[in-house]
Amino acid sequence: MTLGFTLAYLTLIVLIPLTGLVWRSASLGWGGMWHVATDARTLNALKISFGTSLIAALINVVFGVIVAWVLVRYRFPGRRIIDAIVDLPFALPTAVAGIALTALYSKNGWIGRWLDPLGIKVAFTPVGITIALIFIGLPFVVRTVQPVMEEIRKEVEEAAATLGATRFQTISRVLLPGLTPAILTGFALAFARAVGEYGSVIFIAGNLPYISEIAPLLIVIRLEEFDYTGATAIAAIMLLISFTMLFVINLIQAWSRRRYGYAT
Amino acid sequence: MKHSRISLSLAAALFAATVSFQSLSAAHADTTLLNVSYDPTRELYKDYNAAFAAKWKADTGETLTIQTSHGGSGAQARSVIDGLDADVVTLALESDISAIAKATKKINPDWRTKYPHNSAPYTSTIVFLVRKGNPKGIKDWGDLIKDGVEVITPNPKTSGGARWNYLAAWAWANGQYGGDEAKIKDYIGNLFQHVPVLDSGARGSTTTFAQRELGDVLLAWENEAYLASDEFGADKFDIVVPPQSILAEPPVAVVDGNVDAKGTRKVAEAYLQYLYSAEGQTIAAKHFYRPSEPKLVSADLLKKLPELKLVTIDDPIFGGWAKAQPYHFGDGGTFDQIYKPKK
Repeated sequence: MTLGFTLAYLTLIVLIPLTGLVWRSASLGWGGMWHVATDARTLNALKISFGTSLIAALINVVFGVIVAWVLVRYRFPGRRIIDAIVDLPFALPTAVAGIALTALYSKNGWIGRWLDPLGIKVAFTPVGITIALIFIGLPFVVRTVQPVMEEIRKEVEEAAATLGATRFQTISRVLLPGLTPAILTGFALAFARAVGEYGSVIFIAGNLPYISEIAPLLIVIRLEEFDYTGATAIAAIMLLISFTMLFVINLIQAWSRRRYGYAT
Repeated sequence: MKHSRISLSLAAALFAATVSFQSLSAAHADTTLLNVSYDPTRELYKDYNAAFAAKWKADTGETLTIQTSHGGSGAQARSVIDGLDADVVTLALESDISAIAKATKKINPDWRTKYPHNSAPYTSTIVFLVRKGNPKGIKDWGDLIKDGVEVITPNPKTSGGARWNYLAAWAWANGQYGGDEAKIKDYIGNLFQHVPVLDSGARGSTTTFAQRELGDVLLAWENEAYLASDEFGADKFDIVVPPQSILAEPPVAVVDGNVDAKGTRKVAEAYLQYLYSAEGQTIAAKHFYRPSEPKLVSADLLKKLPELKLVTIDDPIFGGWAKAQPYHFGDGGTFDQIYKPKK
């Protein structure tokens, strides 16, 4: 009963739209699909989309884990407020985030005006794209890692210390293995979200072909040309890459669960 | 106590439901008209809708509710293709309305002949918005590729306005280089080397130029240029009208399939026809659109829209939208070619 419900629901919400997507792009045939996929402009856009998303997700993993750790382990005034602030990128319309970040990092913005004399350009470059993606991806890492961290009791650390482990050993051999599956999930979520992001990136990217043009923009461009098939072809390619990467992450996760049996 | 509060709120909810139901059925008795338009006409149609609704009420006694939807011209056309129940469309490009006609058959193929001036009640052109005092001395299209000049224009792939910018530059280069296409492409390629950001829409570029203070010159619709200098202060910008530009004819059309299904043909046709009246033309001129019947508008309003040489899309350089659209902005068109990395 519940299995049937789950399958029916997933089919309705996820599978049917995706099948429609693949169906529509299939009318191009393999040759046409290959042509779209190997077009220099598409390749560049895909490289930029997946590259910036990957860097953003990696940065989010490092700092997201630190933020989560501080929120879980330390008690300080204003902690609850900071805890709530972490969720803001979820709630804020992404266009608002994009406009705000562009205002900050452009040549005359609060941050940009200090970076510009140093020759560092953030807005309207791939660096700007990465910053927008870090912004929208942070809560995914914090919110997946945080509950797992809360399960690790302080006694575990103390036990490690009394057994002679250095601080580094405690982190790398006691704490991190248990957190790895959660960190991987957080990474996967932040990455997947970043790949599909359009609203915030479009304002800060600059959108120059071959330099700062993201794949979702290329899809919008195809739609502007009333070229639905071309748009769905790029979408299908993105879907394929994303699915492969998420699948690999899932495999690593399963492996790390087996390797460090006590997690979950 | 608790019980009474619940029944009270229940009564209130019931009452609210009855009231809203009544107002809903009351609204239903009157006519509603949906105008699907593009971005920069927001202010224009706000005024025009009020004027037309008042006139319709005076003529027929019917209360008319006019809704206007705004967005990128291409995206708006796609919404209508995908089933948005528009009575009339007032878009930026002829090719967008043609796309609806072709994809849905809901618009008669000869729609361009239905109203005067190729169904374009008002026109506009592309001008330069520069920083106060014009420090880089930008007067004409050739000045845009001078060293150190940064040009702000949206992406022609996603913005209707940007296509006019592109074609205006093309038309100038065509005259300059005597139609030598290689040299024209060189100029256009060079021009886009001076563009640091390609926003997805015209409003985005206006923000980039006016608020982010990026670039020395913004290629803009004449009405957007005036709007920007009204909005951000006339002491910050100058409007430079180049000796030559392009005549943009944003067209209008009745969506025949929809108005026949809804029984709104009469009011929809009157709505578009009234754009050509003295009042409609005056409202357009007030919002810095060039009226297609200037004699109906007071000379005072026309003063702000100076004479210049205007090339139309039907000029042999372009051969109409049906030809220019795929040639310049289609996949692999001239715009894609200038961004191809040189090998």
